[in-house]
Amino acid sequence: MSIQPLLIAAAALFSIGIYGILVRRNAVMVLLSIELILNSVNINFVAFNAMLSDVFLNGQIFSIFIITIAAAEVGIGLAIVLMLFRNRETANINEFDLMKW
Amino acid sequence: MVNQNFINFLAEGQPEYTDGGVLAEFTWLIVVLPFLAAILITFFGKYLPLQGAELALGTVLFIFSYSAALLYQHATKGIANEFFINVGSIGSYDLEFGWVVDGLSIMMYFVVGTVSSLVFIYATNYMQGEIRYTFFFTSLTLFAGSMLVLVSSPTLLQLLIGWELVGVCSYLLIGHYWEKKENSSAAMKAFITNKIADVGLMIGIIVLALSTKTLRISEILYQSTHDYADIKTVAYLGGVLLFIGAMGKSAQFPLHVWLPDAMAGPTPVSALMHAATMVTAGVYLLGRMFPFYQGMASQALDIVLLFGVITLLGAGLVAVVQDDLKKVLAYSTVSQLGYMVTAMGSGAYTAGLFHLWTHAFFKALLFLGAGSVIHAVHTNNMSEMGGLRKEMPRTFSTFIIGTVALAGLPPLAGFFSKDEILASLNHEGHNLYFIISVLGAFITAFYMTRAVLLTFFGDYRGDGHPHESDKMMTIPLIILSGFAIVAGWANIPGVYTGFTKWVTTRKNYIVEYHPESFDLVAMFSGLTSGLLGIGLAYYVYQMSGNATDGDEKIKIKPIWNLLENKYYLDFFYFKFIIDPVKITFAKFVDSFNSNVLDRFVNGVGTTASKAGGIVYTNLDQGGIDKVLNLSSTGTDTIGSKVKLIQTGKTQQYLMYFLIGVIVISLIILLVL
Repeated sequence: MSIQPLLIAAAALFSIGIYGILVRRNAVMVLLSIELILNSVNINFVAFNAMLSDVFLNGQIFSIFIITIAAAEVGIGLAIVLMLFRNRETANINEFDLMKW
Repeated sequence: MVNQNFINFLAEGQPEYTDGGVLAEFTWLIVVLPFLAAILITFFGKYLPLQGAELALGTVLFIFSYSAALLYQHATKGIANEFFINVGSIGSYDLEFGWVVDGLSIMMYFVVGTVSSLVFIYATNYMQGEIRYTFFFTSLTLFAGSMLVLVSSPTLLQLLIGWELVGVCSYLLIGHYWEKKENSSAAMKAFITNKIADVGLMIGIIVLALSTKTLRISEILYQSTHDYADIKTVAYLGGVLLFIGAMGKSAQFPLHVWLPDAMAGPTPVSALMHAATMVTAGVYLLGRMFPFYQGMASQALDIVLLFGVITLLGAGLVAVVQDDLKKVLAYSTVSQLGYMVTAMGSGAYTAGLFHLWTHAFFKALLFLGAGSVIHAVHTNNMSEMGGLRKEMPRTFSTFIIGTVALAGLPPLAGFFSKDEILASLNHEGHNLYFIISVLGAFITAFYMTRAVLLTFFGDYRGDGHPHESDKMMTIPLIILSGFAIVAGWANIPGVYTGFTKWVTTRKNYIVEYHPESFDLVAMFSGLTSGLLGIGLAYYVYQMSGNATDGDEKIKIKPIWNLLENKYYLDFFYFKFIIDPVKITFAKFVDSFNSNVLDRFVNGVGTTASKAGGIVYTNLDQGGIDKVLNLSSTGTDTIGSKVKLIQTGKTQQYLMYFLIGVIVISLIILLVL
């Protein structure tokens, strides 16, 4: 099996994620887009692991780490979004500009 | 290091004098002690039981006993010595201080010691409860001390220092009640009049010092009696200049104006000033420099004589019209000083000093008596006195003794001294001056009798009930009246001439006439004029002692006015000296001040301010500040532009990040 389709799929997924992050106004959707990017990275790890026939399964272990971190990250991210929504009554990411000058 | 100078006297061959031994060596004590006491009184006087008076009293009593011991030793053995302490040099001139112990200064020590002691005792009571009691005694002690500096000085410089110190102390004492304007201006007048005369003295001293190359008096006297050429050329000038100095202190016409005004001071001050300390300084100076006058400046002596005679007559006449008891005595002092100066001028050295000696005692007595009266009736005006002989018997009897002594009746002190002056004038052939002096004796007797009659006889014209003064005041009066009686016996022609021997220590330098016996013409005329004066005054004022009635009888309007206005001298001084100075000179000085000095100062000020402005705008503001401001504003403007990047929008940041990653990736791909 060739690795190319897998890399293409991962790149597509990555681009969709980037697009989502840059374009979507809803913070939840931005978080979702981040998940897409992380998953595209996972696909790359697994694909290269299979292609290189690594006996230690480094790529797979790494993708498991990433899934774990993604879960934690989404937990924190959703909590922040939730608190922002409570205080501001909006999830629009453009209005979250408190950190400007 | 003390140098003795015994030689100058001995070289002239005077074996009858000794160097005075320890007593002479420690004479500096009586000069230094008053200054020490004055300092102590100033700092600790207020805490002492008698408020410092005891220190002053102790000092003058010590001076009295020391000078009495000196006088005794001088009268028995004879002392002629002087001591120098070299403290440095000015150019080729040695700066020396020291003390003279010869007949003249011993006589002065004794006069100062005696009169000061009695006046101080008197003053402790007289000044009781007055303001600045302690300060009064400080100044009084300083006054006596300054006079001792003057009379003890072996150099002209020390003499000048003492001279000026006396002036300063007199200023302090005359202006003791300075809260009243008249008193402070009287003090000012005394000081300024003296200062004018002091300029003469100072220039005289400079002239003499330059021509003799020394400041030592004995050296100057030696040169002036040994025909040194340098001093001979300036002798007349120097003599006149020194006499101008003496005119100020010894109140000679026309510089006598300060002395009657000096009555503004408390009476003990007047007594001290008129008897022992201030006014005798001029006569002392003439006496001290007498060999110089006689040796070289005999023309200057003619001027001395002229002014002395004018003073003795002029001041005597003014004394007749005075209503103020103290002013009568003040003009009397001026007149008697005129006698002394006349004597000096006529070459009668001993007679002049002898009159100084006797006058010191009876004038102190009269002033203290007048003070006692004034203390009792609280006024100076004789028109508000009268009939005090019953209330104040002791003051009265002592005052009478003083009056008789001053009027010159035998056997009291004034008779002998005045007689000797008259005899000398007669002998020297100054006929006109002799007649004027006899006239002066007549006037003296007249105004003193007038004062006595107005004060002590008739009915009391004042308010309240005067009573006799305290013992502390009357005892000095009694002692002084004793002196007023016996002081003249020190020099009776033909009987005992001790005084002549006392004061003519520098005998070889002084050539003068000593009457071997009484000059009958002089004695007769002096005595007659005295008696006539007393008689006339008695006839005019009667026992009633009423001033207005009495004055009416002798009032010759124009003369009386002239006398009452004191020859318009004050008017003249104000009109022609003080006002022109005040108006013209002061204006000139003012315009000089505002046009030249102020302009200069202002110019300097504005230039400095302009220069400062330039430095401020260019260097400070334009340079340093601009750099600092630019750096801060630059940071500010850059910051305010740069901050705009920080929008706070997460997606924007991400966009930049992405672009950055793409750019870096492309660089890696294409370039590397």
